[in-house]
Amino acid sequence: MVSVININKSYGTLQALQNLSFEVNRGEIYGIIGPDGAGKTTLFRILTTLLLADSGMAFVDRLDVEKDYKQIRNIIGYMPGKFSLYQDMTVEENLDFFATVYNTTIQENYYLIEDIYKQIEPFKNRRAGKLSGGMKQKLALSCALIHKPTVLFLDEPTTGVDPVSRKEFWEMLKRLKNQGITILVSTPYMDEAKLCDRIALIQNGRFLKVDTPKNIVAQFTEALWSVKSSKMHRLLKDLRSHPEIITSFSFGESYHITINGTLKKEILFDYLIHHGHSEIEINPIQPSVEDCFMFFSKSN
Amino acid sequence: MKEVIKVENLTKKFGNFTAVDNISFSVFEGEIFGFLGANGAGKTTAMRMLCGLSHPTFGKGNVAGFDIFRESESVKKNIGYMSQKFSLYEDLKVWENLRLFGGIYGMKLPEINAKTNRILSELGFESERNTLVKSLPLGWKQKLSFSVSIFHEPKIVFLDEPTGGVDPVVRRQFWELIYDAADRGITVFVTTHYMDEAEYCDRLSIMVDGKIIALDTPANLKQQFIVATMDEVFHKLARKAKRIDN
Repeated sequence: MVSVININKSYGTLQALQNLSFEVNRGEIYGIIGPDGAGKTTLFRILTTLLLADSGMAFVDRLDVEKDYKQIRNIIGYMPGKFSLYQDMTVEENLDFFATVYNTTIQENYYLIEDIYKQIEPFKNRRAGKLSGGMKQKLALSCALIHKPTVLFLDEPTTGVDPVSRKEFWEMLKRLKNQGITILVSTPYMDEAKLCDRIALIQNGRFLKVDTPKNIVAQFTEALWSVKSSKMHRLLKDLRSHPEIITSFSFGESYHITINGTLKKEILFDYLIHHGHSEIEINPIQPSVEDCFMFFSKSN
Repeated sequence: MKEVIKVENLTKKFGNFTAVDNISFSVFEGEIFGFLGANGAGKTTAMRMLCGLSHPTFGKGNVAGFDIFRESESVKKNIGYMSQKFSLYEDLKVWENLRLFGGIYGMKLPEINAKTNRILSELGFESERNTLVKSLPLGWKQKLSFSVSIFHEPKIVFLDEPTGGVDPVVRRQFWELIYDAADRGITVFVTTHYMDEAEYCDRLSIMVDGKIIALDTPANLKQQFIVATMDEVFHKLARKAKRIDN
């Protein structure tokens, strides 16, 4: 559905995208995961025909992003990372405006947006600029969907959104996928990455890995331990100064560490006792997508 | 333990809408206190009252030893605040932002210069000294904003969703800055939507519909609700919300 072949884009001396190639299948939720400045937004802007690549080709539903940009604009929906609706128009006016621009009406495709829009409908006469973050996000998605696009581009749609609303948002993406809509989405939340059909880990304008969340996790072959003690602040410093520990990152209530193959659990235990820790817990664990992201971006 | 924030029956109404509804709690010196809630639960409104930026409709509050009602100017001088939307001047260079905020808080120039050097070296930002803030990546901006918010060594720093949209690597670096500040005795009051970060707090409160409906250590909250993670605690509580997010 989306096809990218050797795309390059530079801003001055900064190479934002480096020879990037990938394919997204019809009806797929394709996640693009990476740090700030990795090139995610540049990629979205090229695919939505708002920016031209320096070289390479890209197609959306077999249409060329350069030559067929007008047709592409009719079949895609785009939700930019920055709120981009008309602040001085009401909720309903914004939605009606986008429907009209695409030569349709709110009624015609209402079934697509009903689940989200009915939550903000009580505020349909409020100006978009006066909405809270969660409501702006729902309105932006409604406007991106009102012309029943075949491909949806969502650039960090859930940033600043609370965990309950995020969950609802992803349940809705699943329903859209079931209607046959292809979705490209970027996110800084790793728990969302595992809800995608496939994910691409992007860094410095290149994809490090592209695979299903399950296969990405399977490629993580390092030994991974979870470590806890009664003095968590101190523990991180002590773990980092141990020569056989490769990485140490905080993960909720414990630290996750990758180790040099020869380190034994008992030896680390004694080392921590020696450094004044108590209530020590060390357990081998299975990696998550977040562990993979941390490890792959560190080792690159 | 010394209380650095003490709030009793704090309430804020906008017309007939009660944004913050009769909240009472204390925060102790050197604590990392997480202030959680869904969008629209009233967190930012409550935080703005604690920072002396908004007058309570009624209730009492003392922050850093000053009354938030009568001594809001003294409150402002003794706290740091990193807002969700704005914290740095995008069209100023990195060093100019530090100079400006140091000056606003009444610091002397030699002190500002010495501290600027120290902070840039700690953050590994020396090469960016003359960079305009608008051309920094988001994660760098957030780290710099945090350093600016504690530049004048306040007793308390208020952080409103400091890691929103920040990638997993930089989020962790950010929390290490928070730990360092807490180790130096700065009390940290922080909101977040990342539930793994909730686990890093010493204690936390959860707000639903303007009220604080839970307040304890992460371990005790998980025990109380018989779940394994703070994410599950949050879902159990926030699902009770009746008022629509606005």
